[in-house]
Amino acid sequence: MASVSLDHALVLAAILFAVGFAGLLTRRNLIVVLACIEIMLNAAGLAFVAAGARWGQADGQVMFLFVLAMAAAEVAVGLAIAIRFRQSLKSLDVDDADRMRG
Amino acid sequence: MLSLLWLIPTLPAAGFVLLVLLDRRLGRAGAAWIGAGSVGLSAVVALLVCGSFIASPPAGDAYRQVLWTWMDVAGFAPAIGFYLDAVSVVWVLVITCVGFLIHLYSTEHMEHDEGFTRFFIYMNLFVASMLVLVLADNLLLLYLGWEGVGLCSYLLISFWQRDPQNVYSGRKAFIVTRVGDTALIAGLFLLFTQLGTLDIQPLLHAAEETWASGSLVAVAAALLILGGAVGKSAQVPLQTWLPDAMAGPSPVSALIHAATMVTAGVYLIARTNILFDLAPDARLIVAIVGTATLLIAGFSALVQHDLKRALAYSTISQIGYMFLALGVADWEAGVFHFMTHAFFKALLFLGAGVIIEALADEHDIFKMGGLRRELPAVFWTFTIGAAALAALPFVTNGFYSKDLIIAASLGSVDGSVWLYVGSLVGAFLTALYSFRLVWLVFFGHRRTEVTRRPRWRQLVPLWVLAVFSIVAGFVWMPVWLGGFNALQKLLDTALPEVEWSASLGHFAESAGAALITIAVVLGGIGISYLLWMPWRQGTHALAASPAVRPLAAFWLGGWGFDWLYERIFVRPVKWFAHWARHDLVDYVVGGIAWLNVAGWRTLSAGQTGRLRAYVAVAGFGLVLVLAVVVLR
Amino acid sequence: MTALFYIAAAVAVIATVLVVTRRNLVHALLYLVISLFAVAVVFYTLGAPFVAALEVIVYAGAIMMLFVFAVMLLNLHADSPRAVPRIAWLGPVILIAVLLAEVIYALTVETQPLAGAEVGPQAVSEALYGPYVLGVELASMLLLAALIGARHVAARASDEEEAAASMERGRASALQPAEQVATAGTPAAAEQGEA
Repeated sequence: MASVSLDHALVLAAILFAVGFAGLLTRRNLIVVLACIEIMLNAAGLAFVAAGARWGQADGQVMFLFVLAMAAAEVAVGLAIAIRFRQSLKSLDVDDADRMRG
Repeated sequence: MLSLLWLIPTLPAAGFVLLVLLDRRLGRAGAAWIGAGSVGLSAVVALLVCGSFIASPPAGDAYRQVLWTWMDVAGFAPAIGFYLDAVSVVWVLVITCVGFLIHLYSTEHMEHDEGFTRFFIYMNLFVASMLVLVLADNLLLLYLGWEGVGLCSYLLISFWQRDPQNVYSGRKAFIVTRVGDTALIAGLFLLFTQLGTLDIQPLLHAAEETWASGSLVAVAAALLILGGAVGKSAQVPLQTWLPDAMAGPSPVSALIHAATMVTAGVYLIARTNILFDLAPDARLIVAIVGTATLLIAGFSALVQHDLKRALAYSTISQIGYMFLALGVADWEAGVFHFMTHAFFKALLFLGAGVIIEALADEHDIFKMGGLRRELPAVFWTFTIGAAALAALPFVTNGFYSKDLIIAASLGSVDGSVWLYVGSLVGAFLTALYSFRLVWLVFFGHRRTEVTRRPRWRQLVPLWVLAVFSIVAGFVWMPVWLGGFNALQKLLDTALPEVEWSASLGHFAESAGAALITIAVVLGGIGISYLLWMPWRQGTHALAASPAVRPLAAFWLGGWGFDWLYERIFVRPVKWFAHWARHDLVDYVVGGIAWLNVAGWRTLSAGQTGRLRAYVAVAGFGLVLVLAVVVLR
Repeated sequence: MTALFYIAAAVAVIATVLVVTRRNLVHALLYLVISLFAVAVVFYTLGAPFVAALEVIVYAGAIMMLFVFAVMLLNLHADSPRAVPRIAWLGPVILIAVLLAEVIYALTVETQPLAGAEVGPQAVSEALYGPYVLGVELASMLLLAALIGARHVAARASDEEEAAASMERGRASALQPAEQVATAGTPAAAEQGEA
C-alpha cells in the first residue's frame, strides 16, 4: 500500500508541476506568473516529502524546508521587481517587457 | 638579292612601330609618308626580290631564310623563317603592289578623317601581318600572321568606332572568323601531334610518306584547315561577316576584304595542297563549298542596293570560284584567279569609295545615277573593273582566270557536270549583277549632287589597277589563243598541274567550251542591260511584285544565314550573358554572407525578449531531455 | 487515510487549475491558498505533520500573504474587474468545505499515516541541525540577501514614484482648474473603488 501511495504522490506532484508550468506559459499577468512559480516549487517539495516518507527518513522534509526558504526569498525579490515593472512599464503584462528582443 | 626577303614584311612593321611612337608629333603629311612609304618601299623590295626569283630561280625553286629560332620547347622549335616560292611570289607582289596603291589612295581618301594616323598604323600592321602569313615557313608563324590580319580586320572595320553599329560589325567579323580560327588551330595541333613538326615543307613531305590517301587523319586535318580557310575567306557557312564588314572605310574594304585577307584561306589551301591531295573527300568538300558559295552570294549580290554590300557579296562569290578551282585540284587556276580578282576587286572598291565620297556618303545605288559625265575617270575605271569581274571576253583579266576555272570544273578528273553548271550559272549571275551596278550608278538621271571630286592620289591607283585589270590576264592565255602561259610555268615550280579527265578534259580545254562561257557572259551583260536600262521600270515592278518580293528579300538577307545564326547562336549566348550578368562566383561568396545573415535573422527571430517564449523553449528542451532519459 | 489522500489531491489539483485560469488576480491568489492547504493535508497523510504545519504557516501564511499584501497595498490589481458576482463564492466554498471535512476526519478518526511511520518534528530537527546545519546557515543568508535586495529594489521604486508624483503636482498647479479636476479625478476614483 505504501509503495502505491508513493507513486500516486509523485503523480500528484507531477500534475501540480505541469499545471503550474502551463500557467507560467499561458498567463501574462506578472503576479500570476510568480504564483505559478510558487506552484511549481510546491510541487517539487511535495515530491521530496513523498520520497522521504517512502523511506521513513527526515531528509525529504529537510529538503522541503530549504525549498520553502528559497521560495520565500524568491517571492520577496520577485514582488519588488513586480513593483518596479509596474512603475516603468505601466502594466503588469509580461509580454510588454521585450526590450531585450532581436 | 633574295636575301632581302626579310625586308618585305619588316618595312611595313617598321612603319607601324614608327607611326605608333611618333603618333602625336606627326602631321598628316608625316603619317602619310611613313604609312604609304613603308608599303611602297616594301613593294620595291618585293619587286626586286621576286624579279630576281623569277629571273634566276634558286635551287629547288624555293628560297628559305631563317632569321632566328622563335622558341625551343621539348623538341618543338619553330623559327622566324621566310619561305619564298612561286605561290608566295604571287601573293607578295599582289599584297605589296596593290597594297601600296591602296595606301596612296588612302592618303587622299582619309585626309579629312581625324583618325588619319591611326588608320595608317592599323593598315601597316595589317600589311606586315599579311606578308608574314604568306611568307611564313612554318604553320605557327603563319598562324601568327593569320591572327594579326584578323586583329587588323577588326580594328579597321570598326575604325569609326563612335558609331556602335560599326563596332558590332567588327565584332561580328572577329567572332565568326574566330570559329574558323579555332578549327585551324585544332588542325595545327593534329598535324603537330601526328607529324611532329609544323615546318611546312617537312610537314608536307612527312604527310605524303606516312599517311595513306583517304585516311581518317588526313581527312580530319584537311577539313580542319578548310574550316579555318572558310572562316577567313568568308565562305559558306561562315560568310555572314563580310557584308557587314563594309562598315569600314573603302580602302579597308579594298585591301582587306577583297584583295588580300579574304584570300588567306585560298593561300592556306594552296600551300597545303598535298594534304588535300591525300584527302580527296575533303577536297571535294572544298569544291562543293566553293560552288555553293558562289551561287548563294551571286543571287544575293543581284538584289543589293548598297553599293559596297553588292561588291562584298561579289567578293564572296569570286572566292567561291577560287575554292572551286582548288577543290578540283586546279591549284594554279585558283592562284591565277586570286591575282586577277585582287586587281579588279580593289579597283571596284576604290572606285566605290570615290563615288560614295563624291555623293557625300551615299551608299544606295538607287539614289545614284548619271555619274558618267560627272566622274568620267571613275566611270571608265569602274566599268573596266566590272567588266573584269563579269569576265568580259578577251580584253579583261577576269575572263582568262574564270574560264580556266570553269573549264577545270568540267574537265578535271575531280570535276563534274554539276560543278560545271554551277560555275556557268555563277558566271551568268556575275555578269548580271556587275553590270547592273554600272547601269544603275553611271547611267540614267542623276539623283544626287556630286560634292567632292577625286584628285590624282585617288585617280592614279584607279588607272593603274584598271590597266592591270586588262593586261594581267595575258600572262596565261589558253591554248587555243596562243598558249602564252608564263604564269603557269612559274606556278608549276610550286604546284602540281591539274589532271584532265580522259573523257571531258580535251573538250574542256578547247575553244568550244570557252565559247559557251563567252556566250553566258555576253548573255548576262546583255540581259543586264535590258533589265536595268530601257526596261528599268518593269524590273522594279517585277521586283516589287508579290511573287518575286519574298524571294528578293530572301536573297537580300543573304539567304537567311544571319537570321538563322541570330536565333541559334546569338540569342542563347546573349540570354546566358544577361542571366549571368551578376557575377556567378559573386553569388557563391555572397551566398555565404546571405546564409550567415539568414541564420542570424532566424536566431534573432527567436529572441523575442518575452519571458514566456523563453520559458516555453526551456520547457520544450526539458521535455526532450526527459523523453530521451525515459525512453532509453 | 488513503481516501483522505486522494480527496486532498483532487482538491489541490482543482484549486491549482483554477489559479491558473482565473481572470481576477486576487481570486487566483486565494485559490492558490486553498491549493496550499490541500497540499498540507497531503503531507499529513504521508506522515509528515511537521512540514504540513510549516506549509500552512510559511507557504500559505507568509508567502501568500506577502502576495496579497503586495497586490493590495500597491494597487497591482487595479486593472482587474472589481465587481464579484455571487456565483463566484461557489467554488471556494465547496473546496474549503471538503478540506475542512478532511482535516476534521484526519485529526479525529485516522491515526496511521500512509507510509507507515510518521516522521515527526523531532526527527526533522535532528536531521536539520545535524547533517544539514550548513544548509540551514546558507538558507538564512539567502533570506537575508533577499530581504535587503527586495528592500532596495522596492525602495527605488517608491523613490521614483515620489519624484514622478511631485512632478505631476508641479505640472498640475500650472494647469487650469478644470483640467486639474480632470487629472486629479482618475487616480482618486480608483483609490475609492478599491477600498
